[in-house]
Amino acid sequence: MSLIRRLQYEAADRLAGPMLGRYGRLRALARRSRGKRRAGPPQLQSTRKLKELLTTHYLAGRYADGAVPVAWVTSGFPVEILRPFGFHVVYPENHAALCAVQRQGVQLAQVAEQWGVPRDTCAYARCDIGSTLAQMTPVGRIPRPDVLLACTNICQTVVYWYRTLASLLNVPLFVIDTPYQYGEPDAHAERFVARQIEEAIALCARISGVERDDGALGLVAREAKQASELWGECLAYAKRKPAPWSGFDQFIHIGPIVTLRGLPECTAYYRMLRDELSERARLGIAVVENEKHRLVWDNLPVWFELREMSQLLAREGFNIVVTTYTNGWAETAPMFDEHDPIGSAARVYSRVFINRGMGHRTALLRSLAKEWGCDGVLLHSNRSCKPYSVGQLDLASQLTRDGLRTLVLDGDHLDSRSYSKEQAEGRLSAFMESFA
Amino acid sequence: MSALRIGIDLGSTTTKAVVLDASGKIVATALERSEPRAGDQAQRMIAELVRKTGAEGAPVIATGYGRKLVPGASKVVTEITCHARGVFAQLGRAGLLIDMGGQDTKAILVDGTGRVADFAMNDKCAAGTGRFLEVILPRLQAPWDKLRGMYQSAPEAVQVSSTCTVFAESEVISLLANGQAVEGIVRGLHDALAERVVALAGRMLEMSKEVMLSGGVANNGAMVDALGARLGAPVTVVPEPSHVGAIGAALTPP
Repeated sequence: MSLIRRLQYEAADRLAGPMLGRYGRLRALARRSRGKRRAGPPQLQSTRKLKELLTTHYLAGRYADGAVPVAWVTSGFPVEILRPFGFHVVYPENHAALCAVQRQGVQLAQVAEQWGVPRDTCAYARCDIGSTLAQMTPVGRIPRPDVLLACTNICQTVVYWYRTLASLLNVPLFVIDTPYQYGEPDAHAERFVARQIEEAIALCARISGVERDDGALGLVAREAKQASELWGECLAYAKRKPAPWSGFDQFIHIGPIVTLRGLPECTAYYRMLRDELSERARLGIAVVENEKHRLVWDNLPVWFELREMSQLLAREGFNIVVTTYTNGWAETAPMFDEHDPIGSAARVYSRVFINRGMGHRTALLRSLAKEWGCDGVLLHSNRSCKPYSVGQLDLASQLTRDGLRTLVLDGDHLDSRSYSKEQAEGRLSAFMESFA
Repeated sequence: MSALRIGIDLGSTTTKAVVLDASGKIVATALERSEPRAGDQAQRMIAELVRKTGAEGAPVIATGYGRKLVPGASKVVTEITCHARGVFAQLGRAGLLIDMGGQDTKAILVDGTGRVADFAMNDKCAAGTGRFLEVILPRLQAPWDKLRGMYQSAPEAVQVSSTCTVFAESEVISLLANGQAVEGIVRGLHDALAERVVALAGRMLEMSKEVMLSGGVANNGAMVDALGARLGAPVTVVPEPSHVGAIGAALTPP
């Protein structure tokens, strides 16, 4: 690792990133003083800090390889174990979502398709492989990894996706296999996962040249637990009627809990967000004027349509107040135990809801609908994410029998070619009319 | 101010309009193939109906694909809600309405008050819609009004495995080349359509005692027979099947 590279990395992380974030803040202030106000619900103040955090993360990333060890990981990988070794962590899924929001995802996916990846493959995978092949990204540059780390708790696609990356980049791949939990959590399977985490730690120590430090692992587990609990508190503020923030806001503010979990700046961020939501709740600020109906959202969002969809719903007094996706990062992570960082990580990552059977998923949706006071459920049948979408028709029947109104909405988290805007808006409008 | 009300349904294939009087009785109807300039066409159709019925100043409620394009519409409502309202006005009871239109087929569970309890529609594919028949029937030189007779006289159905409009057409060509009888193919096609509709309605079929049929395809007796045979119970064809959406629109409070 070169010293100059390390200096560049630290300068980006500590100086340039935060400065750019502040520059963004100044520009926003200037826009406001010129009287240009954005339409729609009031923006959370924390959003500026969020931009600063993510800008810094991606800016530092440009200089990370050669300065610090770099890992590319799946969203369900126990990232906490990497922190004591000083890894810069890249989340291809988060990067793909960012490409989708900026409507550049399809262009990158097409690069992968031309190379031979079928269109039936997850669009995150296509976008990421395309971005790697073409070396194109809206964030400037993604650092080359020293290791690829995947965990099968979110899907099996990650195995094939990361194998492709391993061969393209000629770097090692380590996969943690989390057996699917059909019924109650399986202690034997969780011991198996814990052993794999031990192996992954040994690998990280070898790559980084830093010795394993169990005390440090415990501290990171504590940090991750705290951040996840704060995220859970933030989500719980949407139980207020009317809700001070929406599921659409949650999709945006999920960034740090996914990518920076285990780091103090992540915890600090959610403390700030929690305080802001608490203040909003105290003042009775509603994100949707005249909130009439509250909905649960199942699956990832349609990233490239977030604003349009939120406005369509808000115009009719509908608000998505809770989502299975954003709740995922508050559901199991509070089980982290600083005194047993590895065993608890095995539990946290094996019990991710998407790694569990339909019984658990039905119970989860029921309890979210009840706790957040919802009268309807939107199930996004996500062409890109089959493991998340399979079973939604059965889920919808179950929930309909409970007296909830349900709509299964065809879409995709990234690929706008698999999303018919007119049809989707027609279905959503008909769904909303049926509440009258 | 007129006591009459106008509903217009700008569908993918045809545009339908009705004028209702204060009691909900149909005063006049119109139906044309949908034109590319949907807004202009709607305006012209409404103007003609107004001239014919004296419905000056009557509220216009728009529905269907082109609903947002109707100039001067006092309200815009989706076709799902309008179909439920329209069928309930005509039949006065709960049921499962299958609306087979030009480009889409809808299954709408209507409750005992005429509201939508649940619904499903075909996505991104015209299989199981009127378009399927429009493409394939000319290949068989089977006229619309002879279909029921052909369906009933077929000694057995020829299996048509594909419900994709494009692939079914080539399948039908191969079946004809193999010397299969036209009647048998007509029967096979309608059975395949019925199968597709039943799959779409899915769980809603268990929640309803009666299946009702509307949309342009409801004028095809072979479809009514095929659906009834597949369900094991007769299907109720809604009066004025093409105009159910427009009637529901006209009945929507402006």
